[in-house]
Amino acid sequence: MDGCTLIRAPLLHPAGPVALAERDLLFTAVLVMLIVIVPVFIMAFLFAWRYRAFGGRGRYTPEWSYSAKIDAVIWLVPAAIVAALGYLLWNETHRLDPYRQLDPGTEALEVEVVAQNWKWLFIYPELGIASVNELAFPSGRPLSLKITSDTVMNSFFIPALGGQIYAMAGMQTRLNLLADKPGCFRGRNMQYSGDGFPEQHFKALALPRKDFDSWVANVRKSPRTLDRTTYRALAAPSIGHPVSYYSGVTPNLFDSIIAKYTGGHPE
Amino acid sequence: MEMRILGRLTADALPFYSWVAVGGAVVTVLGFLTVVGVITWLGKWRYLWNEWLTSLDHKRIGIMYVVVALVMLLRGFVDAIMMRAQQAFALNSDGYLPPEHFDQIFSSHGTIMIFFMAMPFLTGLINIIVPQQIGARDVAFPFMNSVSLWLTAAGASLVLVSLVIGRFSTAGWSGYPPYSGAEYNPGVGVDYWIWAIQASGIGTTLSGINFIVTILKRRAPGMRLMRMPLFCWTALASSILMIFAFPALTVATATLALDRIFGMHFFTNAEGGNMMNYTNLFWIWGHPEVYILILPAFGIYSEVVANFSAKRLFGYTSLVYATMTIALLSFTVWLHHFFTMGASANVNAFFGIATMVIAVPTGVKVFDWLMTMFRGRITFHPSMLWTLGFIVTFVIGGMTGVLLALPPVNYLVHNSTFLVAHFHNMLIPGALFGYFAGYMYWFPKAFGFTLEARWGKRAFWCWIIGFYLAFMPLYVLGFMGMARRTEHYDIAAWQPLLIVAALGALVVLAGITSLVIQLITSIRNRDNARDLTGDPWDGRTLEWLTASPPAPYNFAILPQVWDIDAFHDMKRRSVAYARPERYEDILLPKNSGAGVVLGGLAFTFGFAVVWHIWWAAIAALIAILGTAVARSFRDRTEFRLPAGEVKEIEDRRLRDLAKGGAI
Repeated sequence: MDGCTLIRAPLLHPAGPVALAERDLLFTAVLVMLIVIVPVFIMAFLFAWRYRAFGGRGRYTPEWSYSAKIDAVIWLVPAAIVAALGYLLWNETHRLDPYRQLDPGTEALEVEVVAQNWKWLFIYPELGIASVNELAFPSGRPLSLKITSDTVMNSFFIPALGGQIYAMAGMQTRLNLLADKPGCFRGRNMQYSGDGFPEQHFKALALPRKDFDSWVANVRKSPRTLDRTTYRALAAPSIGHPVSYYSGVTPNLFDSIIAKYTGGHPE
Repeated sequence: MEMRILGRLTADALPFYSWVAVGGAVVTVLGFLTVVGVITWLGKWRYLWNEWLTSLDHKRIGIMYVVVALVMLLRGFVDAIMMRAQQAFALNSDGYLPPEHFDQIFSSHGTIMIFFMAMPFLTGLINIIVPQQIGARDVAFPFMNSVSLWLTAAGASLVLVSLVIGRFSTAGWSGYPPYSGAEYNPGVGVDYWIWAIQASGIGTTLSGINFIVTILKRRAPGMRLMRMPLFCWTALASSILMIFAFPALTVATATLALDRIFGMHFFTNAEGGNMMNYTNLFWIWGHPEVYILILPAFGIYSEVVANFSAKRLFGYTSLVYATMTIALLSFTVWLHHFFTMGASANVNAFFGIATMVIAVPTGVKVFDWLMTMFRGRITFHPSMLWTLGFIVTFVIGGMTGVLLALPPVNYLVHNSTFLVAHFHNMLIPGALFGYFAGYMYWFPKAFGFTLEARWGKRAFWCWIIGFYLAFMPLYVLGFMGMARRTEHYDIAAWQPLLIVAALGALVVLAGITSLVIQLITSIRNRDNARDLTGDPWDGRTLEWLTASPPAPYNFAILPQVWDIDAFHDMKRRSVAYARPERYEDILLPKNSGAGVVLGGLAFTFGFAVVWHIWWAAIAALIAILGTAVARSFRDRTEFRLPAGEVKEIEDRRLRDLAKGGAI
């Protein structure tokens, strides 16, 4: 992407605390499970070799088929591991709940996200601007996303910053993310959605405060604005839609996109 | 609405949208014509009809199921290798497949491998073996068994026909709405998918009922539940799951069809529809389905590991409880397929923990198999190799499964190639290797001669090496953020891994070729590999007591069971081949063509609904009801095999046993 080096394996080299915690949980779980996995590998190869019919040197006890001690170990050790992982799971799932606000001390930047065929619209309600296929935000400040879809089910994902969440028409999901440092990341739809699916990715720009302000100023210069009519044109299917900016947005556009499907509030 | 006699079927349905699609259609049509031509040329239609298609013998029905599975395995694998080739090339280019065609291929690959390869394979093996293992003469409902088979065949035929007339679904094997709804997918593809799995799904529900009743009601004297071979237990667990889970799929796809055909709003975006209701229903079936596929393979591994370690199975009781626990728990975890829908942390944590709990009984099973090998005398028959390959590879899949069960990790790798790698890691070593182990283990029982081991071992090594090459890169690509179902991409770092994965698919192709060569050379050399005794591996369970292939009635005298390893126990007490004082007449099911007719009508109905040919759909529906009613009026569905004939067959069997050195 232009002027933007992608992280090769964003899941392994996260750029924010959410993705980092999720990755660390993955590593911890792998380590804990090795307690079971490694013995299985060793026993499989060792037993196959030692008790082979031709040339094996192990004892042969054809009628031996039960040992209470072994039975206890093979039930209790996996159970203990699952209990430990279950404890970890309960805590981490609550701590890393995507709806949970990060760092309540700092006010988060709110962005409304709309999945369309086959692009992403980002509305900044506080700033009254919008962009397509480019999500800019200040680094070091929590980012709070409200997500919906104006088409089939999509899944919103910026691998370097944190896990994904579905975008569904008539519904709103939430995702809270934070970028530690300035950077440029790839975000995309993970849920297959048709012909334009491969191109349905966007640039996520974590910018220093100053750069973010000039990004906003730049968007404000755009001659285009987003009202119901221009929105309808934008929502029509398109593949590989270029990054575009809107200097103005009709108030409550996001809510009206949801309401369109819930029937309560006709446009 | 304008009424057309052929609904929406026009010449546009022919696949001229891409040369690859035309090629697929031509190969399908030529394959069909070749089969028809060869049968006609050999003059075998009457034989085929009388001995096979209309047969209600569980062993023949089982063999036909496995034939369907193997044919569909080839078709599903062609899809796989085409996807791997596309992704290996498609860096900054469109590759050789247009997106719409690529999307059809990943949809048909999953649909075929689950519904028309794995399901018929395991149903076939259960059919052939379970009645023999419990000492029965047939399944409880032989005619219903035939109906199940032909409904499955009808579904498979719909998938194959979609290659030639029209298109297949692009909505993936799980068919999520609203994408699969009429608004976003007005064509026939999703309809083909719906009616193919409707037909086979009803067949599977019937099979489940049949196996449960067979296992509960048809066991030989002394065959208590806790003496049943593990394969019977896993078949029972799998069948229970079939009858409880498949109706959810039937309802999910039927309501999706109502949305599509009658404009209803179960799962649409607007008008009160909710796609997550479909997703819930689909996975309420879909998660138990994983265990429907895997549990019978666990049963096969249990039989094989005891047999080729020449030792009693370790921890039989633990294995039984583990199996039934897994079956029960499999209904409590469906939500882990969509942790990312935005449910509360409490909900996700609950389902995450429930999922991890399944790892406990599964781990117990793995250790029980290992302890069976401990102090055994292991021979490396190909079936044993599949089992060893499974144990080592499956624990990796189990580990990635627990990772996916952790909701925060799931948010990262859901919908990525990591997920694809995980479920292939479960289903290829977990299920398919087991079916192959069963196929090579029980082949002599079905056909009377053993399969050649050398090519079997080559097949194993190609499959396992190919598996690692094809799927380990996908785990890594998941960490690199690659979404599943990606037709092309612009990230250069992905390509080397995708090329390795494509090479892996080629090695698997060598494995499939080895299987074909194994079958051909074994048939050629069958006279040197005859199984005269019916017990080629020094077996432990009752299916090895019968002749290979068994007499139509399996057992002239129902065996008396005293031990878990019933046959091993009989041999030890030298009563296995004891001659009874006299034989009795045996009642056997008569052949019936009604199953074939019902299957054909189900196909007609499905095809007619796909193309909105309403008069034909209604006619087919009436004919289905008529056939079922007419069949129910037939009182004499069995014939009597006189004791004299039984004696003749058994005398021949005893001569073979003597020739084979068993007595």
